[in-house]
Amino acid sequence: MAVVDTALTETPAQGATDVSQGRFLRAVLRNRKAVLGALILLLMAFVAAFPGVVATRSPQAAIYGQNSLPSSAHPLGTTSLGQDVFSQLVWGTRLTLIVTLIVSAVATAMSMIVGVTAAYLGGVTDRVLTVITDVFLILPVLPLLILLAAYLPPGATSLIIVLCITSWAFQARQLRSQGLTVRSRDFLLAARARGERSLYIILVEIVPTMTSLLVASFLSLAVYVVGFAATLQFLGLGNSSELMWGTMLYNAQQASALEAGNPWWALAPGAAVALLGTGFALLNYAFDEIGNPALRPVRRRRRRGRDRAAA
Amino acid sequence: MRYLARRLGLFLVTLWAALTVNFIIPRVMPGNEAQAVLATFRGTVNPAALHALEIQFGTNVHQGVIASYFEYLGNCLTGHFGVTAQNVPVINEIASKLPWTLGLVGVTTVLAFVIGTLAGAVSAWRRGGRFDGLVPPSLFILSTVPVFFVGLLLIYVFAVKLNWLPLQGNYDIGATPSFSASFIGDVLKHAILPGVSLVVVTAGLWVYSMRNNMVTTISEDYVKMARAKGLPERQVMSGYAGRNAVLPNLTGFAMQIGYVLGGSIAIEYLFSYPGLGYLFYTSTTDHDLPLMQGLFLFYTLAVLVCVLIADLFTAVLDPRMREA
Repeated sequence: MAVVDTALTETPAQGATDVSQGRFLRAVLRNRKAVLGALILLLMAFVAAFPGVVATRSPQAAIYGQNSLPSSAHPLGTTSLGQDVFSQLVWGTRLTLIVTLIVSAVATAMSMIVGVTAAYLGGVTDRVLTVITDVFLILPVLPLLILLAAYLPPGATSLIIVLCITSWAFQARQLRSQGLTVRSRDFLLAARARGERSLYIILVEIVPTMTSLLVASFLSLAVYVVGFAATLQFLGLGNSSELMWGTMLYNAQQASALEAGNPWWALAPGAAVALLGTGFALLNYAFDEIGNPALRPVRRRRRRGRDRAAA
Repeated sequence: MRYLARRLGLFLVTLWAALTVNFIIPRVMPGNEAQAVLATFRGTVNPAALHALEIQFGTNVHQGVIASYFEYLGNCLTGHFGVTAQNVPVINEIASKLPWTLGLVGVTTVLAFVIGTLAGAVSAWRRGGRFDGLVPPSLFILSTVPVFFVGLLLIYVFAVKLNWLPLQGNYDIGATPSFSASFIGDVLKHAILPGVSLVVVTAGLWVYSMRNNMVTTISEDYVKMARAKGLPERQVMSGYAGRNAVLPNLTGFAMQIGYVLGGSIAIEYLFSYPGLGYLFYTSTTDHDLPLMQGLFLFYTLAVLVCVLIADLFTAVLDPRMREA
């Protein structure tokens, strides 16, 4: 677990940490899923950072032919209002990525606070927090999202708020069980004996031992957030003037793009959502494999009598 | 039995929490959406029903919050979930759409769980084989794709391009509902595309948990023992390894069911399939808050019932749970 400890400081253990750091990097590079996932996310990040470089046309101006098919001028055609679909896709990347990253980070932090606090303090606090977590786990997310979104002005900020409220519970449960396993370790007893406050112990002593689990939480949250954000906007609970993939899908669906012979308007943002989700998912799965050798693909170790499976 | 009693306790607490969330949301959210919406109800809805709604949403109320809260809980307990903008009881509206959702989403969810679990079990049994290398990763990748995207692709290929299957709806517009073979065939034809989208995306949710549980149980001593006794492979796989590996997966089923129901809302909207999900969509565009809140309660109840069913299965399969 310490392989991802990023706290590299000038200590005698420097050499050892360098080695494990290098081994971690090598493990990542050797894992095809990790490399593919990282490439997808890097591509998305580049497009989000420099949309003007990738797409030169205006994403909003309705100045081109309406509902035109893909051509060299408009690689993905134009909308029913005469906007360039490719430019919309490219410029929509930024806000989509920002919403995903903010929600995943905030929700991970929320689940960390709830889970670790419950595990460390125990007793009544633990029981209350566990019940709250269980309730949030069971409440169906999308109906709750829709309900909350109905009361807020449509837009990215509302989207971030409602997604944060609804998506922390699953990871909180996992972090709680991880917290329970470190609870009785000696270094925590030592910290308590020194008379450190609970907040210090939770943030400085417990949380760093969970770095890899937090990264995994962040990645698996990102997979869901990408999908949920797009689904909410697809259902019309976004602000259709804000350029995101989900709002593109909503506009396309409202204009019956598929039936109108303008399929890329709907399929391209859908594919982009799927690709981004897949990128996070691949990285997450590769992370699991690197951290847990039992899950790595086995090739040589085949059971006796299992040869017919390979035939 | 204590296990089931504890789960029943969570059932009641969650239901109460959902009711409370419904009561709190209109009061704590900024703006006065509820007031604006209820103002439009004034002409169409009878005064008694309007009074009940005003108590639920906290507008135009001349009593304390606590008193309102208990009156609202009392209304819900006696089956009064308010009325829609058209003065139809919310519960009647839900009951009229329920069969379509139950048929489409219920069948596909069970199907997806069985497919995912079986695929996970088989791939763990033949770990490292061709099936293991192909099926779980593909299903897993598919499960991260938003369900409506799969729906869009299927519509484009099979409804728009090939024109094999209908684009939307639950049966042909001209058809009259009956129990004739042609009508049932028509309904099934309309259910294929939305159903396949749901199965394809949700089956992967349970593949890896089952595979990984199975990998662990296969190396247990009791499985070795069963092999050593010379039991047929199939019996060892299902009765010894599978039976134990499926237990955490049933808990996983309960965890994912809310997510699956969420996906079904998007699919019903995409295919204009007139079930509860489509009703949810139209209630948001109509700003019909009482209907939305009623649907939220209903979806919570549906999840809870599924969780309880999964718990019952766990109790049946695992003797330890029955005695604990």
